[in-house]
Amino acid sequence: MKFITKYIKEVWLAIKSLFVGMRRTGYYFTHHKEIITQEYPDNKDSLILPKRFKGEVVMPHNENNEHRCTGCQACEIACPNGSLKVVTEFNLLENGRKKKAIDKLVYHLELCTMCNLCVEACPSDAIIMDQTFEHSVFDRNELIKVLNKPGSKIMDGVE
Amino acid sequence: MWSFSNIADSIHNGLSQTFNPTVTVILEMVIAGLAVIGLFAMLGLVLVIMERKVSAWMQIRLGPNRVGPKGMLQSFADTLKLLVKEGLTPNGADKFLFNLAPFIAMIVAMLLMAPIAFAKDFQLWDLNIGVLYVSAISSIMVISILMAGWASNNKYSLMGAMRSGAQIVSYELSAGLSILSIVILTGSLKVSTIIQSQADGWWIFKGHIPAIIAFIIFIIAVTAETNRAPFDLAEAESELTAGFHTEYSGMKFALFFLAEYVNVFIVCAIGTILFLGGWMPFHIGHWEGFNHVMDYIPSSIWFFGKTFFLIFIIMWFRWTFPRLRIDQLLNLEWKYLLPISMINVLVITAMAILKWHF
Amino acid sequence: MYRTTEIVNQEEGQPLEDGDMIINVGPQHPATHGVLHLVITLNGETIKKVEPHLGYIHRSIEKMCESLSYRQFIYVTSRMDYLSAHINNHACALCVEKGLEVEIPPRAQVIRVLMDELTRIASHELWWGAMAMDLGAFTPFFYAFRERESINDIMEETCGARLTMNYNVPGGVMHDLHPNFQKRVKDFIQLYKKKIHEYDEMVTGNIIFQNRMKNVGVLSAADAISYGCTGPTARGSGVSCDVRKHFPYEIYNQISFDEVLETQGDSYARYLVRIKEMQQSIRIIEQLIDNIPEGDFLTKTKAVLKLPKGEFYSQVETARGELGVYIVSEGGSTPYRIKFRSPGFSNLSVLDHIARGSKIGDLVAMMGTLDLVIPDIDR
Repeated sequence: MKFITKYIKEVWLAIKSLFVGMRRTGYYFTHHKEIITQEYPDNKDSLILPKRFKGEVVMPHNENNEHRCTGCQACEIACPNGSLKVVTEFNLLENGRKKKAIDKLVYHLELCTMCNLCVEACPSDAIIMDQTFEHSVFDRNELIKVLNKPGSKIMDGVE
Repeated sequence: MWSFSNIADSIHNGLSQTFNPTVTVILEMVIAGLAVIGLFAMLGLVLVIMERKVSAWMQIRLGPNRVGPKGMLQSFADTLKLLVKEGLTPNGADKFLFNLAPFIAMIVAMLLMAPIAFAKDFQLWDLNIGVLYVSAISSIMVISILMAGWASNNKYSLMGAMRSGAQIVSYELSAGLSILSIVILTGSLKVSTIIQSQADGWWIFKGHIPAIIAFIIFIIAVTAETNRAPFDLAEAESELTAGFHTEYSGMKFALFFLAEYVNVFIVCAIGTILFLGGWMPFHIGHWEGFNHVMDYIPSSIWFFGKTFFLIFIIMWFRWTFPRLRIDQLLNLEWKYLLPISMINVLVITAMAILKWHF
Repeated sequence: MYRTTEIVNQEEGQPLEDGDMIINVGPQHPATHGVLHLVITLNGETIKKVEPHLGYIHRSIEKMCESLSYRQFIYVTSRMDYLSAHINNHACALCVEKGLEVEIPPRAQVIRVLMDELTRIASHELWWGAMAMDLGAFTPFFYAFRERESINDIMEETCGARLTMNYNVPGGVMHDLHPNFQKRVKDFIQLYKKKIHEYDEMVTGNIIFQNRMKNVGVLSAADAISYGCTGPTARGSGVSCDVRKHFPYEIYNQISFDEVLETQGDSYARYLVRIKEMQQSIRIIEQLIDNIPEGDFLTKTKAVLKLPKGEFYSQVETARGELGVYIVSEGGSTPYRIKFRSPGFSNLSVLDHIARGSKIGDLVAMMGTLDLVIPDIDR
């Protein structure tokens, strides 16, 4: 007799544990408010990424097309995988001295791992991380970017 | 009033006025065949979108919502994709058996449609051993799975097929015993008689607790027989990638997929016929007014409503439970379900003899 | 069909018995969670031998680190155990700091510990969902991701990335905490406590799940030690090995938390250890979240870091076990040699031992409870 009660109790507990699980899924089946899916391309406008999100390296320019990069190559040294390449030129100043400035800051997005080390290393805060994250393109060459805009100059007072 | 049986009668009358009896029968067969194929396609589309939506809502997701209104045409898109996909036959496969297997699965599912009463007086073939026919034909399903698994020449497929063989053969027993308990209560194997016997109440209510136990065992057993989770060992994807249909692609895969869903529909339809009164409306004792309102709902809606409710329960299982292991699966059958259903059949026999049921 | 069998036979020189069959599970297989390749010898459904093959995702991180400076090499280690990326970075930063002999400000220590514990919860959440999926239950995966996403959002706000944060630098952390951090962590704790009962309802209490896990893959304490298992895998067998308790780093010796120990040694014990560890992590976060000391988050270090000549070792407790970082320095700006002692490698080696004689379904369950992250094993 004891055996039979034990057997029935076992079966009952087993069935009960299954019903507990089914109640949970049944709850979510009927409560559509709990749905967490975000419909991505539709919510593009309302999707705000946090300021610190590391999307890609950009060089901010002011309204006079001026940037803060001195061409010191600190970012190039700091980068672990060679995504940044500083091409420098020497400008002849009025007093006859030569001054180092950047010609191009080449950025290889295809190599970048968004580790933020270049931004940390930059002494003049010339480069920052942008929040864009849709980087897919059809041609790999489009991922090689020049960060300074054409014709841009270094901002006054940045050494 | 509009009903399926009226349409069938008017078609029959129209045909027999214009053609001689032999041609009429042939034409009617063709129409019936086309209707079954059409129902097949419809069921595939409806059940796939239903499964996807049910699973999505249980998993706090939205589910398909891009194709058509609220994503309801998603299964058309799926079908189109499967149709244009290349149907590969692996090099080392037994090509004849490999290509035959999905068709056997389909044909079995189609044959099972024959004795099902979709509405009042609307049935393809009301043969006098209807229930026996169903349990006999549904066993052939295992042959197509074994064939697919063997012919694929893939170890995963073979293991899936072998698991499925062991599983279907075992669970056939308790499914059969549950069916038998209703046959005992009714005293007939004929589908129309079984439904007629439930005019004053469905067997699940009339048969007291033993009928409920038989019903639960039936649901568990058919879930296992149709290879659906938590008994989907034949295609256990985390263990055997995709089980017996690992090597199938394109339309051949779609046929297996379709056969699985149609099988689910059929076993649920059988469950409806045996336990939930088929197309019989829901009546409560002597509430004449209530019963009258229920009678106004067409019988086909009663049948499909009950069937889809059972399908929903089976989907609910799938999206809640983890999978069993093969030895636990067989233990469940031989140590729990079979003894319980055997005792249950005895109790029901006693009930039927002593006329204890309502 | 049996061609593969013959090849393997010739290579190994050990004939298979009649009826045995060799199956290659992976490197593309849903259960291996990555590119692990298991060569399984089967007799029917019963496993006779499991042979893990590695190398599909070997990136030679240790060698790569030799050419990177002490500031740079930390970010690479996020790619080892990507689920506890922050803890990996922590271990490396600790080792470099040991060599430089710099003091880390208390604020940075608390931030690191908070992030470690959040990472641990996130990692265990993913493990929970993936393990339920291995056992055939798909729904828990989505429930786990709901909680995990809110941790990822916290990470994104403070560290700037969701998975490979690279938040630790030698001397402290890269940024200060985001102003929203405390509020969002408290929100997360509330959400977690509200939803934790679902884990029991869906998986822990489920009879099918318990039958699949209990008395499966039993690992005795002696075997756990001899195979070098650490983390929840060893603690499930009753081996006390929590680095946070035995070799406390940062401020772990000032926090009260329990080392979760189970003695069964089966899959279910390992499962329980991880579930309870999540609660311990919540307990640690609750203690610290209102007591973050003010001050610097970073000690200023030189632009070019040079470790003195010598050998340095540090160890931390990741979500999978003990991660050791061993640096040999020649006095230059790059390490001479780096060795990582990854927890996954030792935990994987136990698989053959515990899987013999069980069924294929059990193997999947065992792999689930060992919590294998393949890039961590392969590096």
